[in-house]
Amino acid sequence: MSIHAGRGIRIEGLVKRYGHGDTAVDALKGVNMHVAPGEVVGLIGPSGSGKSTLLKCLGAVIDPTAGRMTLGDESIFDNGWKVRDLRALRRDKIGFVFQAPYLIPFLNVTDNVALLPMLAGIPNAAARAQALALLTALDIQHRAEAMPSQLSGGEQQRVAIARGLVNRPPVILADEPTAPLDSARAMAVVRILNDMASQFQTAIIVVTHDEKIIPTFKRIYHIRDGVTHEEAGEGRSLSA
Amino acid sequence: MISLASRDILHGWGKFVFTGIGLGLLIGVTLVMAGVYRGMVDDGKALLDNSGADLWVVQRDTLGPYAESSSVHDDTYRGLLGLRGVERAANITYLTMQVRKGTQDVRAMVVGITAGQPGQVPGWPPYLVAGRQITRGHYEAVADIATGFRIGDRLSIRRNQYTVVGLTRRMVSSSGDPMVFIPLKDAQEAQFLKDNDAIWQSRRRTEANPALNRPGVPGLLDAVLASQSTNPYVNAVLVTLEPGYAPDEVADSIRRWQRLTVYTRAQMEDILVGKLIATSARQIGMFLVILAVVSAAIVAFIIYTLTMDKIREIAVLKLIGTRNRTIAGMILQQAVALGLIGFVVGKIAATFSAPFFPKYVLLVPADTIAGFAAVMIICVLASLVSIRLALRVDPAEAIGG
Repeated sequence: MSIHAGRGIRIEGLVKRYGHGDTAVDALKGVNMHVAPGEVVGLIGPSGSGKSTLLKCLGAVIDPTAGRMTLGDESIFDNGWKVRDLRALRRDKIGFVFQAPYLIPFLNVTDNVALLPMLAGIPNAAARAQALALLTALDIQHRAEAMPSQLSGGEQQRVAIARGLVNRPPVILADEPTAPLDSARAMAVVRILNDMASQFQTAIIVVTHDEKIIPTFKRIYHIRDGVTHEEAGEGRSLSA
Repeated sequence: MISLASRDILHGWGKFVFTGIGLGLLIGVTLVMAGVYRGMVDDGKALLDNSGADLWVVQRDTLGPYAESSSVHDDTYRGLLGLRGVERAANITYLTMQVRKGTQDVRAMVVGITAGQPGQVPGWPPYLVAGRQITRGHYEAVADIATGFRIGDRLSIRRNQYTVVGLTRRMVSSSGDPMVFIPLKDAQEAQFLKDNDAIWQSRRRTEANPALNRPGVPGLLDAVLASQSTNPYVNAVLVTLEPGYAPDEVADSIRRWQRLTVYTRAQMEDILVGKLIATSARQIGMFLVILAVVSAAIVAFIIYTLTMDKIREIAVLKLIGTRNRTIAGMILQQAVALGLIGFVVGKIAATFSAPFFPKYVLLVPADTIAGFAAVMIICVLASLVSIRLALRVDPAEAIGG
């Protein structure tokens, strides 16, 4: 089954409840979302609105209480996980890009990116070749042997994006990926995310507070009190 | 799959190496402690080997002459020579004391040996590294090289002066004190000899005793004084057996007919190892346990700290799908690597420092292997806390929120 050819990620009526009885709190109250392959959507909302909870549910890090999630043509959650190995699901089908790059400090750039395919069982040489190709696509191949501490913030974030993309996941969850960057670098990162989404037909959800990049999204989900509202974005041009 | 542990170690090699060196010195101390124990056992065996005896005849109901004081009359050996299976019997005395050379003194075991020839009379130093054996009846000495004495040095034992005529090696008491061999008569005198004031006081008391100084018995006082100024006792009689005789058989014969306590080589070894150095062995055992616990605590603390420093990375690794066993393997490998570095450093430190210890340190391969196994087990156990911590890290920590 080719997930890339399918329908991206679809979420219907997703509920996340913390606690029980009188102390129960619904962090998500029936969230609906759909991100098509090759599309980059923004997810914005104030602190405590449920952004991180939604991201953790989408990332199969915490268990939603109810609802449905479909990845491509595969139902992965239907009032319970349909996938037995969530670790493998995260490794193979979900890419993560964090606010801070969180690169592994003792691995060089190539190995940071190649680690995921290696974990998936791909031989080291093939995994490194795959990583190098992606680093080339992100125009950072010249730092392939550098350690993370030797990179600038923008370079580190590009490596983190490469790591998120290396297994060709159908969906990437980006948590404030431009927060530590200046305007120029932030726009560069958004441009890369859009390019990669187009190139690899990946659905990308960008959680952000960054006013600089919000106008670049064609579609935005606002989340407030655990409920999402979809609206059209400005879709401002990303040309350099 | 790349080795995360080795990459992490190479990335922070300085921290690892210095921690390994610190741990290694601790392991080195542990190995040396074990070596001290082995050295004590070896000293005891060397003492027995070098005596050249098959049987030790000592005062009845004592563990002499090494573990307890023992006193037998110096003509006892004559009776022993008449028994079947006894080839040679020789008196011997042992006295641990400070032997002076000029203004310096050395702790030594002074051994009084019967006149004769090495190899013919038990108790003599079996070989020399310099000089010659004692050939005169008085005032010559053969010293172990560990005393620091040289050929021609003049030693003071009690009030007498001795010239060092020969040097030997590895002739030590069970407590590691080097030996100084002198003629038996001199040694008997040294055990007994008092200062002039004490002799004068003793004579005065004897003369004042009407039972020992009877006007009607001429010569009695002189006989009593003469007996008080001589020492007819030795600490043990060393016996060698004729070929073909079993030590236990001859020992039984001596016990029956001479009413003395006799020990065979095996029994004497049991006394030395099981009784004389048993307390020291327990003491060393306690130190070894403490050092093992401290080593384990250090490894556990270091690995725990290294793991705590990587909590965020571990969360990321778990979030991107790294298996628990990969993360656990990384921590375990680091602990084992730390143990390996520590063990190598410790072994090198112990090997090179052993000769500088005042007591004999014997590093045996069996202890090295056991030490290596113990270090590995300690490292594995010490890493369990950190592995448990790492496995409990929530991958959600990487996302925050």
